[in-house]
Amino acid sequence: MSMTSLLAFTPWPPLSALILLILGVTALYLARGTAHQAIHALFTMLNRGFRLASHAVSRGQARIAARNREVLLAAGREAKERIIEREFVRVGDTVRKDLAGYPDMHRRLSESIVRIEEDQQKAVEVPPEAPGWAKAVETVAKLGNGKDGTNILQDIHKSMVKAHGEAMDDYRKASSERHALLRRMMPDWRAIQETLGRVNTSVESVLARSMTIDRHMEEYDAMVRGEDHAVAVLSSSSVVYFFISAFVLAVATAGAAINFTLIARPMAEMVGGTSFVGDFRTADIAALVIIMVEISMGLFLMESLRITRLFPVISALSDKMRVRMIVITFTILLMMASIEAGLAYMREVLLQDELATSSVLRGDSAAAAAVNPHLWITTAAQMGMGFILPFALTFVAIPLETFVHSLRTVMGVVAIGVMRAVALLFRVLASGSRHLGTLMQQVYDMLLFVPLWIETRMAAAAAAEAAEDAADAAYGVAEPVFRPDPHFAGKRHGPDEAEALQEARS
Amino acid sequence: MKQPLVMLCCAMVGLCACAPSATHHNTGVYLLVDTSGTYNRQVGKAEQIILFALSRLQPTDSIAVARIDTGSFSEKNIIAKATFDDRPSTANQQKRAFASRVERFIDESTPAPYTDITGGLLQAIEFLKEKDTGRKEILIFSDMKEDLAKGYVRDNLPLDFKGFDVVALNVTKLRSDNFDPRQYMERLDSWRARVEHAGGHWRVINDLDRLDGLL
Repeated sequence: MSMTSLLAFTPWPPLSALILLILGVTALYLARGTAHQAIHALFTMLNRGFRLASHAVSRGQARIAARNREVLLAAGREAKERIIEREFVRVGDTVRKDLAGYPDMHRRLSESIVRIEEDQQKAVEVPPEAPGWAKAVETVAKLGNGKDGTNILQDIHKSMVKAHGEAMDDYRKASSERHALLRRMMPDWRAIQETLGRVNTSVESVLARSMTIDRHMEEYDAMVRGEDHAVAVLSSSSVVYFFISAFVLAVATAGAAINFTLIARPMAEMVGGTSFVGDFRTADIAALVIIMVEISMGLFLMESLRITRLFPVISALSDKMRVRMIVITFTILLMMASIEAGLAYMREVLLQDELATSSVLRGDSAAAAAVNPHLWITTAAQMGMGFILPFALTFVAIPLETFVHSLRTVMGVVAIGVMRAVALLFRVLASGSRHLGTLMQQVYDMLLFVPLWIETRMAAAAAAEAAEDAADAAYGVAEPVFRPDPHFAGKRHGPDEAEALQEARS
Repeated sequence: MKQPLVMLCCAMVGLCACAPSATHHNTGVYLLVDTSGTYNRQVGKAEQIILFALSRLQPTDSIAVARIDTGSFSEKNIIAKATFDDRPSTANQQKRAFASRVERFIDESTPAPYTDITGGLLQAIEFLKEKDTGRKEILIFSDMKEDLAKGYVRDNLPLDFKGFDVVALNVTKLRSDNFDPRQYMERLDSWRARVEHAGGHWRVINDLDRLDGLL
C-alpha cells in the first residue's frame, strides 16, 4: 500500500494525514504502558545477557590466567632445576678434579716442606770459635822484656795470622754452602706457591659457583612459593624467548628454502618433472620431504644428545640406546648431506644442459659450445651448501624447543588480553543497553508530547484540587484563605471572591 | 587390535587420495608446414617457429612436424615426432635431436605441386588424439589456400576439433589476394568457420616476432 493510497481515504490528503497522525498518536498513547514495559524488558534482558557474558568471559580469563601461571611456574621450575643441576655437576667436576689431585699435591707439598726444613737446618750459621790465644798472649807478655818472650809472641802472632786465614777460609766456604742451600730452596718455594695458587683458584671457582647456586636457589624458592615477581620475570622472559626463537626459526626457514631450491630441480630427474600431487609438483614435494626428514633427524640427534627435551621417550632411553641413536641419526644425516651435495652438483649440470639446449634452439651455437672457466666455483659452492645446510638445520631443534615452550605462555598472555578486552566490551554493552532502554522510552514519549502535555496539565489540576481539599480539611472553613490557584498563575482571588467562595462552600 | 587396522586403512586411503593425479598437464603440438609452390620459400621461418615451440615444451609433452604437400593424410608426411621423457635432461637431449632433424628437413625441402591442408589436419587430429595430451595445439604454417590434386576427396570430412587450438601462422597474401582482398578474408573466414563449427578454437598469428601468446 503506497503513501498516496493511504492518504486517499478523504479528498484532502493533508486532512487524511492529520487524521492518521491523530489516530497513530492516540494508539501509541494508549499502548504507552505496554510499550514501556516491552522496551524495559528487552533492554533489561540485553543488559543481563551482556553482564552474564562479561562475567563468564572474566571467569574464563581468570581460569586461563591461573593455568598460565601454573604452566609458567612449572616451566620455570623445570628450567631452574636444570640450571641448578648443571651447576652442581660443574661444582662436582671441579671438586672431583681437585680432590683427585689432592694426595699428589699433598705429597709434593710435604716433600717440598721437608726439603726446605732440611736445607734450612743445614744453612744455620755456625758461630766462630772463641779465640784461645788471648790468655796465652797475656801470660807471655807478663814474663818481661826478654828475647824469648818476644820470640814467643812473634810465633804466636804468626800462628794467629795463619789460624785467622784458615778460619776465614772455612767461614767463606761455609757461607757459600749455606747460600747454595738457600738457592736450592727457591724452586720448592715456587712449587709451593704455584700449588697453593691452584688451590686458591679452585676454591674461588667453587665459591663463585656456590654463589650462583645460591642465587638460582633463591629464584627457585620464589617460584615454588609462586611469587608474583617470579611470575612476572618468567612471563617477560618467555615473551623475549618467543621473539628471539621466532626470529631464528625465520632464518632457518630461509635456509631451508635455499636448500629446497638446490635440490628441487634435480629431484625432477628422480621422480619425474611433470607428475603432480594435487596442484603441487611431485619433485617439489619430494625435495620438501627430504628437507623435513633432515630436520627430523636433526631433532632426534639433538634429543639423543640431551640438548633438547622435546621427546621424553628419547630422553628416558638408556645411555647405550642413546649412543646408538646418535650414531644412527648422524649417519642418516651424513648420507642425506652427501645426497644433497650430489643433487646440488646435478643441478648445476642440468642448468648447463638447459642453457646449452636453449642456445641451440635459439640458433646460437657459439653460446652452446662456450665453457665458463669459473664454473667450478659455483658448482663447488652449491655442493658445499648442499652438504652443510642439513647439518646447519639440525640446530633448528634448539630454537624450536624454545619456541614451542614460549608459545604456550605467549598464547596464554594473548588470550588473557583478548578475553579481558571482550569482558570490557560486554560490560560496556551491558551499560549501554541499560541506558539505551531509557533513551528508547524517552524517544517513544517524544512522539506523544501532545497527549502527555495534556495529561500533565490534567494531573497537575487534579493534584492542585486534591491539595486544596486537603488544606480545607486541615484549616477548616472558619477563615477565608487567600491562596494562589496553581492552574492560573498570577491570578489571585480578591476578598470578595474569597467570601463568595466561603459562602458557597458553607 | 581393530583400531590400529582401521587407522592404517584410513592412512592408506589418504595416501591413495594424495597419489599423483591423472589429470593431464602435458601439451601436444602438431605443426603443419606448407611446402607447396612458392610458399616453400617460407620454410626458414617455419624452423624459427619449430625451435620456439621446442623451447616452450616441457617433459612429457609431444610434438610432431609434418609437411603439407599433395597428399598430407599420411604418416610419411611426418618429418619428426617426439614425446619428451619425464626426466628434464633426457628431454633436453630429445629436443636437440629433434632440432637437428628439423634443420635437415629445412635444408632438403622441395616444393610440392598441390596443397592438401585438410588431409594434414586430419593427420594432426589423429596424432594428437592418440597421444591424449591435456592441451592440443595444431599450428599451420601456410597461406591456407587449399589446392587438391585430382582424385583427392576432402569435402564434407568429419573434422573433430573439440579441445583443439588451431593457429594459422604466417598466412601470406597471394597475388590474387592483392587484386581482391576479399578472397583472403573469405579464405580465413571459411577456415575459421570450419574449425569453430567443429568445436575448435581458431587463431591467426602473422607477426612472427610476437609469438609470446603461442604455447
